[in-house]
Amino acid sequence: MKNILATRRSVLAGAAATGALGLSGFPVRAEVNWKKYAGTKLEVILAKGPRGDNLQKNIKEFTDLTGIQVESEQIPEQQQRQKAVIELASGKPSFDVIHLSYHVQKRQFEKAGWLADISGFMKDPNLTAPDLVESDFSAAGLQYAKNDKGQMLSLPWSVDYFILYYNKEIFAKKGVAVPKTFDEMVAAAEKLTDPKEGTFGFVGRGLRNANMTLWTNFFLNYGGEFLDAKGNILTDGPEAIEATKLYQRLLTKVAPPGVSGFNWMESMASFTQGRSAMWIDGVGWAPPLEDPAASRVVGKVGYTVVPAGPKGQFSATYGDGIGIAAASKNKEAAYLLCQWAVSKAQGARLLQTGGGVPFRNSVLNDEGVRSGVKLPKEWLQSVIDSAKISKLGLPVIIPVAEFRDLVGAGVTATLSGADPATELKKAHEQFRPILERSEKA
Amino acid sequence: MSVAAQQQPGIKAATGAQREWRPPSYWPFVLPALIVVLAVIVFPWVFTIWMSLHEWKVGSPTVFVGLANYLRMPNDPRFVEAVWHTLVYTLLSVALPLIFGTLAAVVFHQKFPLRGFLRGIFIMPMMATPVAIALVWTMMFHPQLGVLNYLLSLVGLPAQLWVFHPATVIPSLVMVETWQWTPLVMLIVLGGLAAIPTEPYESALIDGASFWQMFRYITLPLITPFLFIAGMIRMIDALKSFDIIFAITQGGPGSASETINLYLYSVAFVYYDIGYGSAIALVFFVLIVVLAAVMLAMRQRMHWNEAGGGA
Repeated sequence: MKNILATRRSVLAGAAATGALGLSGFPVRAEVNWKKYAGTKLEVILAKGPRGDNLQKNIKEFTDLTGIQVESEQIPEQQQRQKAVIELASGKPSFDVIHLSYHVQKRQFEKAGWLADISGFMKDPNLTAPDLVESDFSAAGLQYAKNDKGQMLSLPWSVDYFILYYNKEIFAKKGVAVPKTFDEMVAAAEKLTDPKEGTFGFVGRGLRNANMTLWTNFFLNYGGEFLDAKGNILTDGPEAIEATKLYQRLLTKVAPPGVSGFNWMESMASFTQGRSAMWIDGVGWAPPLEDPAASRVVGKVGYTVVPAGPKGQFSATYGDGIGIAAASKNKEAAYLLCQWAVSKAQGARLLQTGGGVPFRNSVLNDEGVRSGVKLPKEWLQSVIDSAKISKLGLPVIIPVAEFRDLVGAGVTATLSGADPATELKKAHEQFRPILERSEKA
Repeated sequence: MSVAAQQQPGIKAATGAQREWRPPSYWPFVLPALIVVLAVIVFPWVFTIWMSLHEWKVGSPTVFVGLANYLRMPNDPRFVEAVWHTLVYTLLSVALPLIFGTLAAVVFHQKFPLRGFLRGIFIMPMMATPVAIALVWTMMFHPQLGVLNYLLSLVGLPAQLWVFHPATVIPSLVMVETWQWTPLVMLIVLGGLAAIPTEPYESALIDGASFWQMFRYITLPLITPFLFIAGMIRMIDALKSFDIIFAITQGGPGSASETINLYLYSVAFVYYDIGYGSAIALVFFVLIVVLAAVMLAMRQRMHWNEAGGGA
């Protein structure tokens, strides 16, 4: 720990000194030699979405800067994960740079040793711009990017905070205040539900697996922790049961019918149609909500942090990063690309279009960047406030998919009337041996 | 020439030896096919069996575990449930298209104006891409915004949850499957109907048989072989069905519509548990073979009955 602090301080000092030198007109001593790897060709595998779009749209700037040619492809998230895992396991991946989902792949990638350690690159002033320092990333970002030995295995790219979206018009019509706690949220949702008019108080993911991202936010706010010190999973305890009861109550009493099959898309459809008054989901859905072609609630959406539970207030946090395959032969060039992808310019574009939220404080806190954000100011405020209460939304384990499927199925079953404690116990019994097997291997 | 050669003892011996030594001349012709079969069919199967005997998680080393993967199945509630879902789903999506397809075939066998055009319209679902169909149906099933509940409300029926409730999800999926594959059954049965001679009907009419009697005692027995073919094709397709279920429910709500195929996909490509996935694939294959064999045996028996009846 002391070591890390020392490095961080010296890096900061170095950065400050370089900045000062630059300002005072002295030639900067060590500068990134962007052109050093000109002519190299990189292959990049991206998950389909705004991050991939943002990279592909502006990639010419990177090529102009470095002379490095980039071939990139965007593949739908699920398939991209499968392709990446199969190729990495083969030992000869076809790509140098990979876009990864931390909340699903972190532990798996670390344990298999598929990503190159970039800690050394980050300390090399010939490779790293002075403004790229570890301390600029949010705590969640560093938690995701570093392994338990403290090595950086990727650069945190975009963070996804869970926030509360609400329909101001429905709230005003019924004279309901924006909830600050779960209790208030339940009370508000009950008041706002009017099945005759087809409006409901709350909507959220009910579909197995997908629902875990919402459920875990409840779980965290009830004081839940995913793992104990020995790495045992704790999702059948009292916090989990309370969280499930809340989930069950909201999704069966005050949510649209059929919510047990809803993923974010169906939830969003209900919200954009003005059929649901509140929706808790990732921060990235503001652009479609504010798009007149896709939404009936443009200008009526309020954005705020997820209400507090009895044991705390957190924003369940997920995120993606960009890393280098350990088998790549062009690691330095690949590192330049990763660095450019999380650079201030690219981060600003991402934030300003609402396509993602950079993990870097220097981007989020920059007034110039903030003033360029095209979405409502309230949205940006909810992002900034969520960053302060951010907590990882899924356990950092290898079998994340099994965890989401099994516990998620149990949680979904409660929506057709099953008992929360029984279902959680059942899911727990099924999941525990899977976790044990994966950690043992 | 050979007769002449055989008359000389020395040469005869040489010929005998030559016959033993001669490399079989058919090998060069068999070899390409043999290589293809080995590479494309035998090797994947042997490899799947080999994998099913190992604990193999992508990213971890492979360990031989014997039959452990097979012993895991009966104790895996998700697998056992998936078997049931598969059987129910298959039974319904074989029976319904057979019934509706036969009815449609009888209707379209009649001569009426615009028959060809209407037949063309009727077989259109079969030509569409399953995933596109699935997406359209997903929207139609939507409990709040979907057109199905709107139609129900027009006739005063209460709104349904369709694929969004564990109890109705499989029948709703079967509805899509039926809508898509009834035309296939109809085409096969139409072929059967076209092959039936007109004489039995003429004599039945003279004997005063009703329409139903003609259908029951003439049409149905004569198209039964075609129904078996259609049934077999449908059964294999329904057992293997993946696209429609995956695109509409992904096996949900919960795991209420998770068939073996979907579970297998999750195990192998989402959990990366290749060993267990291979074991499930093998069991699934055996299940398909057994069911197909049962169908074939039934068809064989029907055939004998038919012959007996005719004699």
